[in-house]
Amino acid sequence: MHPTELIDRDSLRDDIPDFRPGDTLKVHVRVTEGNRERIQLFQGIVIRRQGGGVSETFTVRKVSFGVGVERTFPLHTPSVQKIEVESLGDVRRAKLYYLRDLHGKAAKVKERRAARN
Amino acid sequence: MATKAIVGEKVGMTQIWDEENRAVPVTVVKVAPVRIVQVKTPETDGYSALQVTWGTKRASTLNAPETGHFDKAGVQAGTKLVELRLEDVADYQVGQEITAEIFEKGERIDATAVSKGKGFAGGMKRHNFKGQGASHGNHKAHRAPGSIGGCATPGRVFKGTKMAGRMGGNQVTTMNLEIVGADPEREIVLVKGAVPGPRGGVVVLRNSVKVATPAGRSGGSK
Repeated sequence: MHPTELIDRDSLRDDIPDFRPGDTLKVHVRVTEGNRERIQLFQGIVIRRQGGGVSETFTVRKVSFGVGVERTFPLHTPSVQKIEVESLGDVRRAKLYYLRDLHGKAAKVKERRAARN
Repeated sequence: MATKAIVGEKVGMTQIWDEENRAVPVTVVKVAPVRIVQVKTPETDGYSALQVTWGTKRASTLNAPETGHFDKAGVQAGTKLVELRLEDVADYQVGQEITAEIFEKGERIDATAVSKGKGFAGGMKRHNFKGQGASHGNHKAHRAPGSIGGCATPGRVFKGTKMAGRMGGNQVTTMNLEIVGADPEREIVLVKGAVPGPRGGVVVLRNSVKVATPAGRSGGSK
């Protein structure tokens, strides 16, 4: 047991779906404008999951108007309202940095059909 | 001098979320209730301080002077004895307990502990020397200090010249740290940022002696 685990438990979320690199996610991000809060969607492919415990992060990549955009979120951050798994991807590595060099059809990730246990 | 203090053990570092959902790096300090074993006053000891202990220690591991000291105070023996220098100890009695309650969220503190030993360290690590070039004909002197003094005048190396040597393992105080949370029930204090020393090391937390004041106002609290 990690020595700070008792403290970390307060910061952890239990509503995070199971997802892997290659999966397509819809991340519902809370955006505060002045004193108003709204939800912004960020949809894209997970290209990495990094770290563990409270400090675990994941990076989502999407191509917006021809420009690649990557956003890294702490997995347990309260500023993400909800994470939805859109589709499962079939990939052979843990870090999908090669997607940055590909565009169009080549940058597509094959879909994984098998149900996960 | 500080007006309140407590001693704890460093547990480690982690992060928590603040009100604006930002990650705050925190050091977790385990602060068990400490028992006052002796109150030192200027009249009797020449300075004011509290001698405290915490935890438990088997009676069989104590020697006679230690047993006598704890018996005289009528306090259960603890793992260590630590002195907390305070400005005024008039409100404290022997046997009284101090808990993490004394600190509140947002308060500023100073943390004192013995830093991690670094062993025999070179000038670059120990005194932030620049080292030397990687190339331009440098031969086996990339991390060497360079010149350490003059020639025939003064004909010696001045005392106190910064050189390689033992680093770490000395008492270090990090000032003006912020308390992010204090939970007396779980015996825990969360301090923003890093605190000196290894995990498990003894840390003294005192309220800050140099409190930042808003611009335009002079002087800090004593």
